[in-house]
Amino acid sequence: MSAQLPNRGLLQPSGLKARQQRAEVFIKLFLAVVAASGVLITTGVVIALVRPTVQFFQEVSISEFLFTTDWFPLYEPPDFGVWPLIIGTFTVMLIAIVIAVPGGLAVAFFLSEYASPKTKRILKPFLEILAGVPTVVFGFFALNFIAPNVAQKIWIFSDIGFYSALAAGITVGLMILPMMTTLAEDAMASVPRALIDGAYALGATKREACTGVILQAGLSGIIAAAVIAMSRAIGETTIVLLAAGSTANFTFNPGEPMQTMSSFIGFAGLGDQPTDSTGYRTIFAVGAMLFVITFGLNILSQRIVTRFREVYE
Amino acid sequence: MSTTAVNIASRFAPDLKDSTSPSRKFRDKLFLSGLWIATLVGVLTLFFLVLSTLLKGYTRINLDLITGFPSPFPEDAGIQSAIFGSLWVVVTSGVVSLFIALCSAIYLEEFANKESRFNRLVTLNIQTLAGVPSIVFGILGLAFVARGWLGWGFTVGTASAVLTMMVLPVMIVSSREALKAVPSSLREGAYALGATRWQTVSKQVLPAAIPGIATGSILGVSRALGESAPLILLGALAYVSSNPSGYTSDYTVLPLIIMKYAQEAQEEFRAVGAAAIIVLLLLLVGLNLLAIVIRDRSRKSW
Amino acid sequence: MVKDMNKTMDNDVSTAATTADTVRGVSLRPDSLPSESSGTPNKEMIMESRDLQVHYGDFLAVKNVDLKIHRNEITALIGPSGCGKSTIIRCFNRMNDLIPSAKVGGKIFYRGIDLYGEDANAGEVRRRIGMVFQKPNPFPKSIYDNVAFGPRVNGKPSKSETDELVERSLKRAALWNEVKDRLSESAFSLSGGQQQRLCIARALAVDPDVLLMDEPCSALDPIATARIEDLMQEIKGQYPIVIVTHNMQQAARVSDRTAFFNTEVDADATRPTGVLVEYDETRKIFSTPSDTRTEQYISGRMG
Repeated sequence: MSAQLPNRGLLQPSGLKARQQRAEVFIKLFLAVVAASGVLITTGVVIALVRPTVQFFQEVSISEFLFTTDWFPLYEPPDFGVWPLIIGTFTVMLIAIVIAVPGGLAVAFFLSEYASPKTKRILKPFLEILAGVPTVVFGFFALNFIAPNVAQKIWIFSDIGFYSALAAGITVGLMILPMMTTLAEDAMASVPRALIDGAYALGATKREACTGVILQAGLSGIIAAAVIAMSRAIGETTIVLLAAGSTANFTFNPGEPMQTMSSFIGFAGLGDQPTDSTGYRTIFAVGAMLFVITFGLNILSQRIVTRFREVYE
Repeated sequence: MSTTAVNIASRFAPDLKDSTSPSRKFRDKLFLSGLWIATLVGVLTLFFLVLSTLLKGYTRINLDLITGFPSPFPEDAGIQSAIFGSLWVVVTSGVVSLFIALCSAIYLEEFANKESRFNRLVTLNIQTLAGVPSIVFGILGLAFVARGWLGWGFTVGTASAVLTMMVLPVMIVSSREALKAVPSSLREGAYALGATRWQTVSKQVLPAAIPGIATGSILGVSRALGESAPLILLGALAYVSSNPSGYTSDYTVLPLIIMKYAQEAQEEFRAVGAAAIIVLLLLLVGLNLLAIVIRDRSRKSW
Repeated sequence: MVKDMNKTMDNDVSTAATTADTVRGVSLRPDSLPSESSGTPNKEMIMESRDLQVHYGDFLAVKNVDLKIHRNEITALIGPSGCGKSTIIRCFNRMNDLIPSAKVGGKIFYRGIDLYGEDANAGEVRRRIGMVFQKPNPFPKSIYDNVAFGPRVNGKPSKSETDELVERSLKRAALWNEVKDRLSESAFSLSGGQQQRLCIARALAVDPDVLLMDEPCSALDPIATARIEDLMQEIKGQYPIVIVTHNMQQAARVSDRTAFFNTEVDADATRPTGVLVEYDETRKIFSTPSDTRTEQYISGRMG
């Protein structure tokens, strides 16, 4: 049965339809171009950081950057030892993690194994609301409440002023707690119910099921969650800027004011640095460091999940 | 021999009473109290946060707050310029990023080959962007938008551009999820009637995905409204006493005016800051309620 | 011969035979074809497949399918699950184009035109060869808009043309009387059986030449099933039907021709491949089948 000529147009679209189909080529192209813009932004971030960073290190020696301990880049004469920022960042991060990780885990355990449906229905919206509060409100809370009533009250090891890394760290920890809870809950939910029921069937108490089974079974997800919490704490700017002061203090004492990488960037950006000055470029150098560290942590978190994910049949 | 028999017999008591050791019970109680403490800390944080802010700011909650502008005198200080600045910046970045996000999501989910390198590259980029600290976006804005190539300075336009970039990953992810949630039977039904891909997407898939897209964009807008870190680098902390008149205007936004007043030495100024927080929180609560309403209404219809 | 949706959409082959911009086929066919009034139904062959086979990636799902679909007939595809019946029927309106890993081999002809050739546009193919799915899938729109969707995407009918089309399609699908007073209500307010008839009306609204039905009654109760079987008999004069069904009795009741599919395992294959075992008039398949496999399936000894 060969193709009969009069039928040739039978399966071709009408003029209108054909035009619609031609237009679709352009629609698809347009959408693709817009989608590519997402890629452009990341490259933009990288480019924005690379050049000024390179220029910075042409003017400031790496040894001064990494091995001296005075950070006064915006003064005359400037000092470029970055350690105060690193110590500041990690101090705030550690305090935050000490609060957020065990706290988040605990609330996650509570929600998974202990809470009644009624309690859950009240508790979960609470956490969602807390998670949605802007960081500046937490910053205000740090100054208004945490610093005078908590940080200054509990720090007995030395003098503590109004601005301290402790106040900032506590507040950052409280801010991250809901996020850690959600992530830990997700990790726990991925543990098969059968495993947990097996523990109960052997007579385990809820605590033993939590610490003995769920914690270990969901460990990769929980650790990945903690790493993300670390990354978030390191990147936090506003709370630290408000509550931890603006002196790049080389100290290990959280009762003192400190400056982190992020809060330094915010602080430096407030002033009017001339575009081509070394002071301006410190923003980018520190920003590059911040980006590399948080990016590395995010990748680490993903790797932990993919490589160590416990596989259940 | 007889001692063993006695031991075995006594190991299983004749009833089913609880035979847990006291130390085990103690550890159980300790654990549970630890969990309660943590939960209470979470709850109390929100409680004290709202309470302490309310206490500080309630005296300044009145119409003057919204109608007034920043002033050197705390009694006259208002936040109108910040409210309008926020409106300008947030609405612009919301609309622009929603458009870009929708186009990207539609392309990635409906048109492109899911396995292609382009698809995976874009997805990877979106994931990376989502994990970048917000201040880094401020640096990006400083380098390319405020100074550098675009040179727009510290204006509404700059802030909108930067917030658009920040909010974009969230919008794209939620739009993609909304599209994925549309059942494939809907698409098949349309294709089987001879519809082209774009007709299927525009007439069937998108309308069905609107509730999901709406809630996702409200999420993005909420984030943009509360964002502070990038705008610190983009001039929003300046003293701005008038509403924006265009995209080249100076501006400030609610989160930054809160920051400004929080740092003031005078108690009265800090009270204004607290009042501004209440306004901001009310706006956010309003947005979230809107999202919930949309979600519920979409479940009722059809 | 690999065709995927993207490539076809970019394929711009319009011939001089294209018609004007009004909706093609908006006017439904008259209620009786000339041949019927002359007594003998016209059994002209309208579609034919030759050595049809489908791969999903490396897996050969079904092979060696030679089928002929005739006017005024209902052709049933029966067989145990996994033997490729749905896969085959989805080739007939190029729905398999939407699955990236699917590769269609062999040939299908519609009125002599190669369905996967250059002269065939996928969208037009689907307009002319309609499909009703296993689970009713009405759009989340009103009853009216569901039926009107097909004509609207294939042309620009006026309001009165659309009204007329919707009414005639719903009448053809034996649904008009039940919904005529509530056309603007949601399609989901209908029962399962009514929704499936709505899907049939929707498919008829674009005036197809052939109607494919992929297990249309498997999600319905027996009463709704009976109504659809009656409907099929009513409309087969205008719309030749190909139906995939798990229900042998349905095939025996309803169809004029039956194709029995089964699976076989090649020496080097890991999964069974579907094959067409026997294809003949229904009364012959069910009373004196030629192949023992058919006989075993019919009598319930396998499948």
